[in-house]
Amino acid sequence: MAEYSAFSLLKNALTGNKDWKPAWRKPDPKASYDVIVIGGGGHGLSTAYYLAKEHGITNVAVLEKGWLGSGNVGRNTTAVRSNYLLPQNTRFYEHSMKLWENLSHDLNYNVMFSQRGCLNLAHTPAQLDDYARRGNAMRHLGVDADLMSVDQIKRLVPALDISGSARFPVLGGLMQRRAGSARHDAVAWGYARGADRRGVDIIENCEVTGFLRDGGRITGVSTTRGEIRAKKVALAVAGSTGRVMQLAGISHMPIESHVLQAFVSESLKPIIDTILTFGMGHFYISQSDKGGLVYGGDLDGYNSYAQRGSLPIVDEVMSEMVALFPGLARVRMLRSWGGLCDMTMDGSPIITTGPLPGMYLNCGWCYGGFKATPASGWCFAHTIAKDEPHEFNAPFTLDRFYRGLVIDDKGQGATPRLH
Amino acid sequence: MLITCPYCGPRDVIEFTYQGDGNRERPQPASQNLDAWNAYVYDRLNPAGDHNEIWQHSGGCRSHLRVVRNTLTHEIRSTTFARGGHKSADNRAEGRS
Repeated sequence: MAEYSAFSLLKNALTGNKDWKPAWRKPDPKASYDVIVIGGGGHGLSTAYYLAKEHGITNVAVLEKGWLGSGNVGRNTTAVRSNYLLPQNTRFYEHSMKLWENLSHDLNYNVMFSQRGCLNLAHTPAQLDDYARRGNAMRHLGVDADLMSVDQIKRLVPALDISGSARFPVLGGLMQRRAGSARHDAVAWGYARGADRRGVDIIENCEVTGFLRDGGRITGVSTTRGEIRAKKVALAVAGSTGRVMQLAGISHMPIESHVLQAFVSESLKPIIDTILTFGMGHFYISQSDKGGLVYGGDLDGYNSYAQRGSLPIVDEVMSEMVALFPGLARVRMLRSWGGLCDMTMDGSPIITTGPLPGMYLNCGWCYGGFKATPASGWCFAHTIAKDEPHEFNAPFTLDRFYRGLVIDDKGQGATPRLH
Repeated sequence: MLITCPYCGPRDVIEFTYQGDGNRERPQPASQNLDAWNAYVYDRLNPAGDHNEIWQHSGGCRSHLRVVRNTLTHEIRSTTFARGGHKSADNRAEGRS
């Protein structure tokens, strides 16, 4: 029987809510495991979940240096979409979208996935042509995409300034209706509980401080809670990839860590019931179920591990919001924060075996990792279990940069801060 | 964040353009050493701590600067002109300082 159901809710209500089990145990680390996943964020937890569920590998530990969900899985702006141009990305993110569409049922945990659509605004005829091209590429691979006229956009988002006198007049937009948002904490907790109930040990406050080796092979990790051995060691540490790889003796990676800020306003009545992106700058906004506007913009633009940003980007993001929604000029900002983004040289992720024997690598999520959470774990679990990638993540190798096989959706070149 | 330009003095970061990792070693233009080119284009040190990086004072004197900045605290340790510090992967002789 499902752990969370109307029946269990009623039963526990009648018995004083004393019998709920914690969503995950707090085990001490064992001496060895079949698989260690480093990183208790969304991707690490979903990797452990799918290792157990799809591949029957349950002797698994997830090591988290802080508390569960303290990194990017709790810091993102929760957008889920699969509106990419290049087929490698489209196939992968569409697989993720399909997992999202059944995730609450699969986990028996309400992740509040709300398919409210994602609309990219176009402000020049060339941009609209480009969106038509991207929409056609998406539809060619079976992903939904609609080009919207200004009138349709006006009906969908009445608060938007679509007048000809706007600073950047809106000429149309590309809509993916199946896109949406989800509650990011619930995603972490749901995957954690699903993995825990299948036997996975989730070990918090356990920071990896080095790797154990047998010859050239990785055979485990040393941590702040002792040495732990494993046949396979998998990294899913996002913005900390550089730091952890340096512990393994790999000094250079095709990755830079940058800080991305996000913002939440005070609660408002419903005003935006889709995810909207600005085409003349980097800005995106949605409204949470609590009423707060959730929005963000560009990276601060320089290498950072600080998990906090600086004021010029705050100024830029607010300017972009007011350019789109003049009526929001007096809305007060409630909170802002920063997260680390592992920016790759082509803007696409890495999910691969290696680069050392016994090691598996999942990184390079730039600032789009949240929507990938289900497929990232699903593909990474396949890669770990089978020692070869699934066709969905086969293009996301580490050596693609050196073999001329980059997957550069925006065509920006090897300047990570621009992806 | 303030960056102290050797010409202009302390200025707000918005006057500057980030040009990335200053540790990269550019091969000679005629070099056919693909490993060296790949490393130059794609590999980054990406340290958590002091980072040697290049900025341009694009909203000011337009000088290219070599900045040592801590990526954990954003504290700037030093700022000097970038010219002369160029290293080549093929010819590792230090330039003028």
